[in-house]
Amino acid sequence: MMGDAIAWIFIFPLLGSVLAALSGFVNRKLAYPISVISMVGAFGAGVETLLQAINSSTHEVSYILGGWTLDLFPRGVGIEFRVDILAGLISIIVLGVGLIVTIYSKLAVEDETPNKESIYYSLMLLQITGLAGICMTGDAFNLYVLIEVAALTGYGLIAIGSNRAAAATFNYLILGTIGASLYLLGVGYLYIKTGTLNMIGIREVIEANGLADSATMQVAFVLVGVGILIKMAFFPFHVWLPNAYCNAPTTTSCLLAPLVTKVMIYVMIRMLLSVFGVEFSFESTIWVNWMPWLVVVAIICAAFMALAQREIKRMLAYLIVAEVGYMVGGIWIYNYYGMIGSIFHIISDACMTLCLFLGTGIILRACKTTHFDGLRGLFSKMPLTMIGFFIGGFSIIGLPPTCGFFSKWYLITGGMVSERWEYMVVLMFSTMVMVVLFFRLIERIHLAVSESGENLGKGHGDLGLSKEQTRFNEAPLVMLIPLLVSASCVILIGIYNQEVVNQIEIFLQDYDLPTGVDH
Amino acid sequence: MSAPLIIEDIRPLLALIAPWFGLVGIMWAGEKRANLRESITFITASVQAALVLSMLPIVLSGAILEFHIWQIFSYVPMLLRVDGPGLLFACVASILWIATTLYSVGYMRGLHEHAQTRFYSFFALSLSATMGVAFSANLLTIYFFYEMLSVSTFPLVTHMQDKDARTGGRTYLGYLLFTSLCLLLPALSWCYVWLDGGQMTMDFMADTGKVGHFSETTQIVLLFLFTYGFAKSGLMPFHSWLPGAMVAPTPVSALLHAVAVVKVGVFCVYRIYADVYGVEVLSQMGGEEWIMIIASGTILISSLIALSQDNLKRRLAFSTIGQLGYIALGAAIATDRGQGGAVLHIAMHACGKITLFFCAGAIFVASGKKYVSQLRGIGRRMPITMGAFMIGSLSVIGLPPLGGFISKWYLALGALDRDATWVVVVLLISSLLNVFYLLPVAVTAFFRSEDTEEDDASIKEAPWPCVVPLACTALGCFAMFFWSDSLLKLAGVSP
Repeated sequence: MMGDAIAWIFIFPLLGSVLAALSGFVNRKLAYPISVISMVGAFGAGVETLLQAINSSTHEVSYILGGWTLDLFPRGVGIEFRVDILAGLISIIVLGVGLIVTIYSKLAVEDETPNKESIYYSLMLLQITGLAGICMTGDAFNLYVLIEVAALTGYGLIAIGSNRAAAATFNYLILGTIGASLYLLGVGYLYIKTGTLNMIGIREVIEANGLADSATMQVAFVLVGVGILIKMAFFPFHVWLPNAYCNAPTTTSCLLAPLVTKVMIYVMIRMLLSVFGVEFSFESTIWVNWMPWLVVVAIICAAFMALAQREIKRMLAYLIVAEVGYMVGGIWIYNYYGMIGSIFHIISDACMTLCLFLGTGIILRACKTTHFDGLRGLFSKMPLTMIGFFIGGFSIIGLPPTCGFFSKWYLITGGMVSERWEYMVVLMFSTMVMVVLFFRLIERIHLAVSESGENLGKGHGDLGLSKEQTRFNEAPLVMLIPLLVSASCVILIGIYNQEVVNQIEIFLQDYDLPTGVDH
Repeated sequence: MSAPLIIEDIRPLLALIAPWFGLVGIMWAGEKRANLRESITFITASVQAALVLSMLPIVLSGAILEFHIWQIFSYVPMLLRVDGPGLLFACVASILWIATTLYSVGYMRGLHEHAQTRFYSFFALSLSATMGVAFSANLLTIYFFYEMLSVSTFPLVTHMQDKDARTGGRTYLGYLLFTSLCLLLPALSWCYVWLDGGQMTMDFMADTGKVGHFSETTQIVLLFLFTYGFAKSGLMPFHSWLPGAMVAPTPVSALLHAVAVVKVGVFCVYRIYADVYGVEVLSQMGGEEWIMIIASGTILISSLIALSQDNLKRRLAFSTIGQLGYIALGAAIATDRGQGGAVLHIAMHACGKITLFFCAGAIFVASGKKYVSQLRGIGRRMPITMGAFMIGSLSVIGLPPLGGFISKWYLALGALDRDATWVVVVLLISSLLNVFYLLPVAVTAFFRSEDTEEDDASIKEAPWPCVVPLACTALGCFAMFFWSDSLLKLAGVSP
């Protein structure tokens, strides 16, 4: 039956999670293969679902959980999972990243969380289930539940690391809970006003009953919006993110960094387009006037904070905050190209952040540090890892033909069509900051010069290191291959950007966004 | 003018990817098998040149070659097209790559340079990108290869891996990436959205003159964004990256910063003026005169700066900036002969300037001297090198019977077609300045007596792999004067 594949997306990791936890009683080594197998299954089911959505005449697949529904107005009261093309694309990214990180995790998990493998993998699979669920659910309350599933497992995955992780987790927990509670409160208002929790149902009632001017709806909009902004680490609500990601175990940051913020961007798009509707979100509220300016502030601040860092992981964490600004900006400049840019950037940013964090994990393992001072000579030590890492970096800068170029292209185009020059200028500014960030890294790795500008070697390419330190010593294959796969994804998504954008355009057909071009 | 015959042909793509195969070979051979590695570079360069030259008869007969690689956006393909100016540029770059390869062998081994595998690898990549720019058929394609060139030359500029390399590399990338990401990208995006209701192909042939639909202000703003976006063209005030990049080994300065990279910049500018704006739109919009004034200013100011430089490579770098100004000037004149002269000058100046750089490098290899003031009497120790330097200087100055004369002649004709007599005056003054900063070098070398106290007796000609290429390119300056028919035809100004 159509839509059954959706159920399998959940069954595989849920079952895997239980089995991984149980494997702790038998043999902890079993947790890894169980997780990989269940992620392969879930990824397969995800691909199948996306294909079904693309090929169906309505461009969506629906699955009523447990078949339990009552045909009341406006939509049933059961929980519906609806996968349209957007949901399909993002959930594929979630599952794909999950699969890659699971494969990559073997050595890092054994080293960093010894004796806890079974628990770790169990949490990790639950985390992926939660994130994939957020993308696919068609029910506003169920979305809250899944956000909490993802958040709670996330706390566990971070806190399992070093001692400092506990404080970071606590910070994350407080802010995350505030965000989710605000969201829940907003959904409560929506339920009072519309009598349904089904996303499409809410929008139908808003449109049918003309609720656009209702103060309750405005309050609900603000609550939901602010809740999501906190969860996505939009500046100045980002304070939980850098510490949480930097103190977490390698695998955790590889999994959370590309996905959590991006999935919350997806939720924002879903709420604006599918729940509140384009007209209400952009015409009846005043957000559209000042959100781009907040984005400008957010990107500038995040860019400066990234510049101030001397450690790769921390620098990347602030980059994520800046990237969140890009995507929120793309949404709120309110036009067709900006929206394409935002959606495409969710996909490409997930890929390139994955690439960078996987690379950082390898660097951390090889150098025991990610501080800039410890990186000299890495090009000769592990050239393939560096190529993979810097493909991710070039994509963040936005050099063609990586996918980062194309998302930036659409975002700039969107800013131009809406004549939001402030957004365009800040995109340019942050692009230059990214150039500085990554080429500074290349300098630190490639040149024999200290930060203050003293020559460290004896000239002629002498890096001032011993032979041992620059000898070819590539990362283990189980880490290297996922990195190279994600680096090739960065390039392939760039090259085939038109295929992805075509699908996004099919999704956006149902929503009336201004295109700005009318000759 | 009837539409030219368009032939689907894979050769432009092959010329583009030949260096990639070379790259694999170079890395495979590695530092341990240096002879094999250099042979592979040499073969790759020859294959590329052969591929490019094999297209010459077809293009000379009036046809155009095209190859469709992939669809970037719905309406914008990544398309390679070989037309006259593109082929002329590709020929120059690929033939001079052969010469530079031989020269690099002498230079790099003569100085016992490190990391030669990396050097040859990225050299090959840069040439691939250069071919891509020469053969690009639309704005987005040219942008892709332009950025590829910026990034792939960075390891060459920072080859020495020391403090100076860091400064030079920062200036280099800072200028090039800032302009291309912050000026060029918005201009491209603007064209993509606002031309033809978002259905613009950005094609150089199909969309010529369509910018004419914009308001005049927009046209002028776009013109400036494009001109400065392609900062590799070295137009002031975005020229400082070029002297900064002189920290690179001399073969890099010779091929990339006298031929490939800077010429890619002016070639892009030429494409914008000739094939995006088109002669008609450009000559009516009123913004091109500003560009002409800026270009003239660049020519004169950089020549004056060159006069004051004692470091030979820096002097040549400022000379290059001035000569690039000629090309931008010629393209902005917006007459057929002016733009033809610009294209010719790409080739003529390339041949002359690479000779000068080769000579500067050969002097450094043979004697370790970098400054003009140190060169007294060195001409008697290194007669071939300094003779070639003399010929190269005369060609850059623009005297017959050398190639440089022809391009300057057409630039002047183009200016007169437009009744811009002042441009001719600028050309004359600048030629005079060229004489002042180039000839003294050769004159000092030949006619001033040596400082007796220095132990220069041991100085003799550089190793033969250094000397042969510079002799060949010097002779090339003559050849380009006497066999200029096909060059003129490629540039579209056949008499």
